[in-house]
Amino acid sequence: MRTSRTGRAGQYLALLAYLLFLALPFLWLISTAFKPPRELGSLHPTWIPKDPTLANFRQAFDEQPLLHAALNSLIAALGAALIAVLLATPMAYVMARRRTPLARAATGWVVVSQAFPLVLLIIPLFLVLKNLRLINSVPGLIMVYVVWALPFALWMLVGYVRAVPPELEEAAAVDGAGRVRTLVSVTAPLLAPGIVATALFAFVTAWNEFFFALVLLKTPEKQTLPVVLTHFIGAEGVADLGPLAAAAFLATLPSLVVFAVIQRRITGGMLTGAVKS
Amino acid sequence: MTSVTEAERAVRPAPDPKGRRRVTDHGAWFLVLPALIPILILSVGPLLYGILLSFTDAQSGRTQPTQWIGGLNFRDLLHDTLFWESFRIGLVWAVGVTVPQFLLALGLALLLNQDLRLRWLARALAIVPWAMPEVVVGVMWRLVYNPDAGILNETIRDLGLGDGRDWLSGLGTALPAVIVVGVWAGMPTTTVALLAGLQNTPRELHEAAAVDGAGAWRRFRTVTWPALRPVALAITALNLIWNFNSFALVYVLTSGGPGGRTRLPMLFAYEEAFRYGQFGYAAAMGCVMVAVISILLAVFLAGRLKGGDEA
Repeated sequence: MRTSRTGRAGQYLALLAYLLFLALPFLWLISTAFKPPRELGSLHPTWIPKDPTLANFRQAFDEQPLLHAALNSLIAALGAALIAVLLATPMAYVMARRRTPLARAATGWVVVSQAFPLVLLIIPLFLVLKNLRLINSVPGLIMVYVVWALPFALWMLVGYVRAVPPELEEAAAVDGAGRVRTLVSVTAPLLAPGIVATALFAFVTAWNEFFFALVLLKTPEKQTLPVVLTHFIGAEGVADLGPLAAAAFLATLPSLVVFAVIQRRITGGMLTGAVKS
Repeated sequence: MTSVTEAERAVRPAPDPKGRRRVTDHGAWFLVLPALIPILILSVGPLLYGILLSFTDAQSGRTQPTQWIGGLNFRDLLHDTLFWESFRIGLVWAVGVTVPQFLLALGLALLLNQDLRLRWLARALAIVPWAMPEVVVGVMWRLVYNPDAGILNETIRDLGLGDGRDWLSGLGTALPAVIVVGVWAGMPTTTVALLAGLQNTPRELHEAAAVDGAGAWRRFRTVTWPALRPVALAITALNLIWNFNSFALVYVLTSGGPGGRTRLPMLFAYEEAFRYGQFGYAAAMGCVMVAVISILLAVFLAGRLKGGDEA
């Protein structure tokens, strides 16, 4: 299809506007992270730090237990991602391959669970976990994250299972492979990239999560990165901008790296999930 | 792989042709249970428990046993003007974020669907807000909005448009300012969903319409939109729900201030539950929120059933 020259120019202009809108705030975060206090206090901030420094990063690590928080985040996110995928994959397989009432109920729950405000979930969970003495503990948080990650893990995995043609499984069955054998040597390898993508997506979501962590983790040595980040902002809303920016930038890096790796698969998974359900 | 043969031996069903069907059905249960049990215990159960709590006077750290008080929480809630103000702000926020989010994401998706240079860069950048922790998005925009060291006021000063202002503390500017952040943060999901929908629209139809002399707007309305409608409807409904229930962004940006101007219902309920310890009352708020969301969801489902049956 041909587009007129002015039309093309307009399109590029619009694309440029989008790029600026999307990129500039993030560039400003990076810029702030590398500015010395003198520049942060000046009334005429510049895009590029005149005197770039790493002092903010050092100060950030001095002020808050960032490494420890990162470790907590890592344990919570890894644990949640692995367990969620382990639990969700078999169920997603059944949901994708069979039209049982159970599978339909599960699909309905995936949709309905999106509608509930988290506050209605967190109050009872708080009470239950308190009785189990799992408040202020990373394993308790992992339990919550697993259940919270299950809906979209199921959603994505069902899409990936559907993308594996059942004919392949039938062919294997005709060749004399048992059910388990078929699953292990035909379905699983084809499903593996989707499972990895789902696990990584769950990892990023748990790594980024804030609300549950805020409610459930009380003491600094148990808290995850997003919660610790908010400690940089004082009670009056006054923040030490440099270290705050530095810590925020570091907390984002793992998510960005993982997302860059799985970008294509995620959009693909959403697509199949959305179109075929 | 040795584990394959071992597993095979262990689970291989009895070679009884009549029992085979039942074995596979047991297999289905066996596959479903590992996920089903945690869902029932930690999601369905707590939600029902939460609904029950809204009919009690449950409080944190109280020694007396919790009592059943019927609809008292809801009656109090009905007269709680602060809550309804928060509810109104929540609706303004949800609509104020969802509509621009959709329009901007639609524009971006249409552009990304074209054969433009730099498309890869835009695609990569469009994903960035999605990957960032919400807390970091909030922190980042606080830096942008900062009255002195922020780039927004500096740009305004450079353009000679005045001195700028304290965006997040101004009574009139706080809500619009956080809405912009909400739009920014939610654009990727919407864009990705719409782009997926666009890639399903029939190209031949588009070309045939162009040959017949249909302009760009006409082609969009008659060819693109009908194909995109189910996806657009679905993602908009989800966005409304997600935005209405959003918490972290505004918590970091303004904590609900100034003077409650950005206090979304989730922030209100959070404070009620975990600052003042009023579990029962906060649960009742959650129930009211669910009720409203259910109505929205019902409207959406009705529209969807009318529109796109093929989905």
